[in-house]
Amino acid sequence: MELFTNQVLAGIATGAIYACMALAVVMIYQAIDHLNFAQGEMAMFSTFISWQLMQWGVSYWLAFLITLAFSFVAGIAIERILFKPLAKAPVLTNVAGFIALFAIINSSAGLIWDFTIKQYPTPFGSAPFLGSQLISTHQAGMIGVTVLLLLGLYFFFQYTRIGLAMRAAASVPESARLVGINTSWMIALGWGMATAIGAIAGMLIAPVVFLEPNMMGGVLIYGFAAAVLGGLTSPFGAVVGGFLVGIFENLAGTYIPGVGNELKLPIALALIISVLVVKPAGLFGRHIVKRV
Amino acid sequence: MSAAEEVVEGHQAVEAVPKRAMTLGTGTSLVVLAALLIAPVFVKNFIIFQMTMLLIYGLAVLALNILTGGSGQFSLGQSAFYAVGAYTTAVLMEHFNVNYALTLPIAGIVCFGFGFLFGQPALRLSGVYLALATFALATAMPQLLKLNFLEHWTGGVQGLVVTKPDAPFGLPMSQDMWLYYFTLVVVIAIYIFSVNLLRSRSGRAFMAIRDNEIAASAMGVDVALYKTLAFGVSAAITGIAGSLGAIAVQFVAPDSYTITLAISLFLGMVVGGVGWLPGSIVGAAFIIFVPNIAEGISKGLSGAVFGVLLFLVIYLVPHGARQVAILGQQLAGKLRKN
Repeated sequence: MELFTNQVLAGIATGAIYACMALAVVMIYQAIDHLNFAQGEMAMFSTFISWQLMQWGVSYWLAFLITLAFSFVAGIAIERILFKPLAKAPVLTNVAGFIALFAIINSSAGLIWDFTIKQYPTPFGSAPFLGSQLISTHQAGMIGVTVLLLLGLYFFFQYTRIGLAMRAAASVPESARLVGINTSWMIALGWGMATAIGAIAGMLIAPVVFLEPNMMGGVLIYGFAAAVLGGLTSPFGAVVGGFLVGIFENLAGTYIPGVGNELKLPIALALIISVLVVKPAGLFGRHIVKRV
Repeated sequence: MSAAEEVVEGHQAVEAVPKRAMTLGTGTSLVVLAALLIAPVFVKNFIIFQMTMLLIYGLAVLALNILTGGSGQFSLGQSAFYAVGAYTTAVLMEHFNVNYALTLPIAGIVCFGFGFLFGQPALRLSGVYLALATFALATAMPQLLKLNFLEHWTGGVQGLVVTKPDAPFGLPMSQDMWLYYFTLVVVIAIYIFSVNLLRSRSGRAFMAIRDNEIAASAMGVDVALYKTLAFGVSAAITGIAGSLGAIAVQFVAPDSYTITLAISLFLGMVVGGVGWLPGSIVGAAFIIFVPNIAEGISKGLSGAVFGVLLFLVIYLVPHGARQVAILGQQLAGKLRKN
């Protein structure tokens, strides 16, 4: 039983990483209706920016804020320059665009900061949290930030005019345009926010997985899986999905014989697919009814 | 976000390509065929090998095109079927001494079964969810091939070496050239099969499902059967491409068949034009040659150059090579009128 609790705790700690990433994935999915395959790379790039700032002697929190602002602007710029012209192109062409963006960012980061692994500082310290060996203060801080972020987003979307406008633009673009909402800029705003959330995720994850251009590869897969499991239409679902995937993965690694590190990912994915077969819209997703 | 249900207009992910627009005219087909037949006589062995790989990837892209362009299902797991085909051939040739030509239909049948079975759980999923499920298959495959109890057959991480076949009947041809013509014959046969499949009753059923699943089932199309069938056929063709790939490269190893391969095949389909079968070869050329060109332009930034080139292609022709072909046809039509 103690093994079980410990593994669940460790799962929650890694789950916090996935939850952060999944939240960013869902944000952009809300805004543009596509899964952004380059999301992880965008987060990685933002993290490198903050690292570079700290190398130049900027303090952690100032670097954090500058990076957020940079990411927000960069996200809007990417949407305006690269993806707005593709708005009318077929969906699969957009997916190809994301793959292209992935390649561009990954390769540029590799050229600017090379592929050596770098240490990344944490503002929370890395002592054991409340005497538990499995969860460090950093991981606890990460969970805290994720929950705060989720609450913030909830209030933003439920109680502000602009949040309401963004929701309207995402769910019924035609009618939103008729009541005077600039849907095109709402999409850009969605990109900006998603990139900023991705940057937060990246800066929280970097102390755990270390900073390098490929650091997000694995994390993004889990982030997608978490978002899909929780339901792509629900930010809350994405966070819950993230924690569940983290716990799944740890328990599978502990209790199913023959599952080493190599097979953890396929098993976690297989479990998620079985959930999806029963609940095709994810655990907390809206069921979408199509008009024929 | 609070609404429990939402009604959306039935817009589809994959655009409706009419079946006549999926193929080339007879004249153009013959010109392409003649070019493919004559080309190897004039070039070096290495280029012949590259042309063989072009045909093989073209075949794999064609298979994805039948699945996505034909039946509207999305797959990021084609590398798994490719791997199963390649390993079937390698194991049969090296452990059982089966003739290489005979391994192709066996690989096709094995992959058909595999794809058909995988299609069953995939039935309930569509769009992004199906993409995730197939993606899971693609990430799991290299790990499964490395499993200990399969190591006797698969050679584990080291993989297997495959012997390259000689030209039969004492034909005065290099191994590469023979393999090229062998591949060409297989590819043409499968191309003709695919064209006819899409023009048949089954093909119409695929397209009906792609354009509107609910309407298709209302008209009496067995949606479950045809969706899994599309998966099976696509997997079988990908498997045969995998077999040919194993023979051409002379080597199979788990890490040759990662998700990168599946993503490449997907890019090939988009660049060639979703739902346009002849575009498959254009797409294959893109995924084989453009990374090399990118590396030639800048070694350190090859990924970025590749990304920029890909962006250029999808900006200029969002519908892929099909758009170029349609433009060409219109131009030719105008010239004829004048």
